Amino acid sequence: MEAIFAFSVGLLTAAGVFLSLRGRSFPVVVGITLLSYAVNLFLFSSGRLTINGAAVLGTSEVYADPVPQALVLTAIVIGFAMTAFVLILGMRSRADLGNDHVDGRLAVEPEEKKK
Amino acid sequence: MGLLWIPLLPMLGTLMPLMAARFSRNSIALLTALLPAAALFLLFTQAPAVFSGQVLAVSFKWIPLAGLEVAFRLDGLAWLFALLILGIGQLIILYARYYLSEQDNMPLFYSYLLLFMTAMLGIVLSGNLIQLWFFWELTSISSFLLIGFWSHKSEARKGARMALTITGAGGLALLAGLLLVGQVVGSYDLGEVLASGDLIREHAAYPVILVLVLLGAFTKSAQFPFHFWLPHAMSAPTPVSAYLHSATMVKAGIFLMARMYPVLSGTELWFLIVSMTGLATLLIGAYVALFKHDLKGLLAYSTISHLGLITLLLGMNTQLSTVAAIFHIVNHAAFKASLFMAAGIIDHETGTRDMRQINGLWKYMPHTATLAMVAAASMAGVPLLNGFLSKEMFFAETLQQVTLGSLSWMVPVFATLGTVFSVAYSARFIHDVFFNGEPVDLPKTPHEPPRFMRIPVEVLIALCLLIGIFPNFVIGPLLAIASSAALGGDLPNYSLAIWHGFNVPLLMSFLAMVGGLIIYYNRKHLFRFQAQFPEADAKLIFEWVMQQLVKGCTVIMQKLENGSLQRYIYLLIFLAMILMAGPMIDLNATEGHKSQLPLDNLTLIAAIILAAATLATVLFNRKRLVSIISLSVVGLIVSLAFARFSAPDLALTQLSVEVVTMILLLLALFFLPQNTPKESHPRRLVRDLSLAGIIGGVIGTINYAMITRPLDSLSWFYLENSKTGGGGTNVVNVILVDFRGLDTLGEISVLGIAALGIYKLIVRMRLYMPSSDSTGRPWAVGRHPMMLSVVSQSLLPLALLVSAYIFLRGHNMPGGGFIAGLITSVAIIQQYIAHGVDWIKDRLRINYQWLVASGILIAALTGVGSWFFNRPFLTTWYDYFNLPLIGEFELASAMLFDLGVYLTVIGATLMILANLGKLTTKQSPAMKESN
Repeated sequence: MEAIFAFSVGLLTAAGVFLSLRGRSFPVVVGITLLSYAVNLFLFSSGRLTINGAAVLGTSEVYADPVPQALVLTAIVIGFAMTAFVLILGMRSRADLGNDHVDGRLAVEPEEKKK
Repeated sequence: MGLLWIPLLPMLGTLMPLMAARFSRNSIALLTALLPAAALFLLFTQAPAVFSGQVLAVSFKWIPLAGLEVAFRLDGLAWLFALLILGIGQLIILYARYYLSEQDNMPLFYSYLLLFMTAMLGIVLSGNLIQLWFFWELTSISSFLLIGFWSHKSEARKGARMALTITGAGGLALLAGLLLVGQVVGSYDLGEVLASGDLIREHAAYPVILVLVLLGAFTKSAQFPFHFWLPHAMSAPTPVSAYLHSATMVKAGIFLMARMYPVLSGTELWFLIVSMTGLATLLIGAYVALFKHDLKGLLAYSTISHLGLITLLLGMNTQLSTVAAIFHIVNHAAFKASLFMAAGIIDHETGTRDMRQINGLWKYMPHTATLAMVAAASMAGVPLLNGFLSKEMFFAETLQQVTLGSLSWMVPVFATLGTVFSVAYSARFIHDVFFNGEPVDLPKTPHEPPRFMRIPVEVLIALCLLIGIFPNFVIGPLLAIASSAALGGDLPNYSLAIWHGFNVPLLMSFLAMVGGLIIYYNRKHLFRFQAQFPEADAKLIFEWVMQQLVKGCTVIMQKLENGSLQRYIYLLIFLAMILMAGPMIDLNATEGHKSQLPLDNLTLIAAIILAAATLATVLFNRKRLVSIISLSVVGLIVSLAFARFSAPDLALTQLSVEVVTMILLLLALFFLPQNTPKESHPRRLVRDLSLAGIIGGVIGTINYAMITRPLDSLSWFYLENSKTGGGGTNVVNVILVDFRGLDTLGEISVLGIAALGIYKLIVRMRLYMPSSDSTGRPWAVGRHPMMLSVVSQSLLPLALLVSAYIFLRGHNMPGGGFIAGLITSVAIIQQYIAHGVDWIKDRLRINYQWLVASGILIAALTGVGSWFFNRPFLTTWYDYFNLPLIGEFELASAMLFDLGVYLTVIGATLMILANLGKLTTKQSPAMKESN
């Protein structure tokens, strides 16, 4: 189980990093989203994996570690806010510059590049 | 406590002239002098204790863990220097009152001067190495302000910049050296460091420490090859030169060497570096001084030469030479300060400092001339003056020195040679300025300066004579305590007498006198010889080096920082990978000893779906719609994973966040290109893929290594105290709203700020609204589908009920403010989707900014509320109540806090999504703004 979990985290990280390195804002946002999945899973797993652990006191002998869970819970919400911010920033930069390249190039440059 | 006030009074004094700026010039000077005078008085009250051999100390804790404290320490050496700084400082204040003209900003000048005085006192009185360094840098900065005081002159600006660069760079080396000392000794306390001389000298890092500390001292004390900044600092007003270059700034380096003498000296390395540098500086300074036509230039190089002499003495590693060094520090301060002041008077009264113009001033200002001649004679080492005594001691010591083996004879020969030039330039100072015919084209007709301007010079000259004639009586005890403090123990036998009989040092003095006068007499030949060498202008070279440095840095910066975000991210991740790889290689076994969970089929299938969806997201990344659909699958599996591994709260949160994220991405995609153009070069693809692959592998390995190792966490604390302390059985929620409530408060603030930032970005956005999709099919403009409208409308109360339920039970069951807030948001967004922005606008009149603000406010006020019960911020309270029909229920202040979280989450989510959605309609904030 642990191996497949770690593999998934690694895969998500790799996919996230690759997409973050793209040149257009939208794939970068998708990449960041994937990366935040990976980060959340990673942080969550620092409490080790537990199956059928109790979420609520008094229902079982085995508890999952609550501390990473609490940390990740807020991280998920803030991750959303950050994804939204980057996305809107990308839209704004497209509105102002005429293209959605992450380097903030001016509108004419991509066409020159095509030649 | 009196000790603390000695540096503190001048520090307060920096404000005095600024506050007194409206008064007359006399009052400003008087008020400025007041606090340093009080500090001087305090210094004298400490004298009995210091002269009886005590070391006074006072210290306060500052950052004890880092070994930092505010500590002051007063021993003989510090007392001597403090006396020089405060005493000569008083004279400088008086002198500057008459020197500065009406146009100069006198209060500012005095303020800088006192700041500098404070910094110098800080250096000599510090009882902690880091604190010493702090004041060291403060002298660099305040001397920069003083040297560049006439900032309208290019010379002054360049000189100030050069001094700051050289001494500042030396200061950094010194910091490194002192940090190493602290590492070796285990303390930055000066007392402890001084007691650990053997420890440091035997440590492997000793050569490094020595070189670094000496770099600091040499740059400050203008030792060769760092001497070139000092002559250029002469563009400062003369009181500054007199202060900085006689008693203070340049003496800071000497002080450092004397202070660290018990710790660093006594080795051959010390001798070689310190004495050879000193000897070179002595010779170069003395030789160049002779050829300077500028009065202050001559004095500047003579200062360099005398600093070299003191350094040479300190480098010779004998107790007597150290006593001689300290004696010469005092003598040099006295005669050099008075010479600078005399030069300032001459400059002031004649309008020039060029010795080819100023001749024969004896007739015009006999009084000043007499004073200057006595001082210059002392500089040359004429008997009956203080300079003679320390020079004799110097000669005697050079004869004793044997470390150079069979070449040892060279040291006294070179010392005599240096003194020959010293006599020659002193003779030039006297003869050229006060005799030698008539003045040539002077801008002003010279006459005696104001009475009070001469007083500081007279005081110093009196001192020179008194020390020179009654050395034992005037300076004996002070020299004894200062030397024993510098040596860190007993004093050698020495006698301060004018007459030691006919001996070799006297012969050397005699030779130097005769040789100097001969050279001066034949100076024309020497000048002609020297004129053959093109004079290198240190300023030009320095500026050139600086410009090259800036150019080099610019090139590197432009290479590194070319504006490409892709490149930055790449480099950042690449660096992270390299940093991670090291510890990973050191890790022997990937797998830990924790017993692992068995793999079941369901999880395996979910993992396969996750992998497939992730790959699809990447593979179809250029077809954006496909990409985000696969992304949503990934998100779904991630929430299932949370549910599987016993984290229902996380699963619920992830699920609702997933919904809002997807809506957000779809909305944004409406305005953005549907496809990503193919523009990555294959080489770049390979590069990115390999980096991504490696980093993914590294992260996966770290994760595996982590989760297969047993965990010793502090979770038991939360599990044990959740019910009893926080009154809830859902530990995750109790951590959020109770244990770590402050963190959560910070997090919802971040959420609110992000939402506000997004709102501001949207408001001014001018977007082209596409009317068709990427293949050219026009978007449907029909009404909202009836089925969706009806179903979603009837679902709304249900959804709100669910969210209320989730919210209320959050403290004891999975749920809480974050999740309930997200569910409510999703329910409202559903209405937006089903009915459109216009329809909602008429029915839902909520200002989302207010919602966010009130949410954060409620949460914060809940925290403040506990103050009324004399509890720390965010202490929670809970109790159980009984109501008929409902039964027992619990009320907790944490619920109010959670309500704040709930409102903030709704406000932030809707502020983002609703405003983005509004862009498609005539309700668009952008439209409103332009109307």
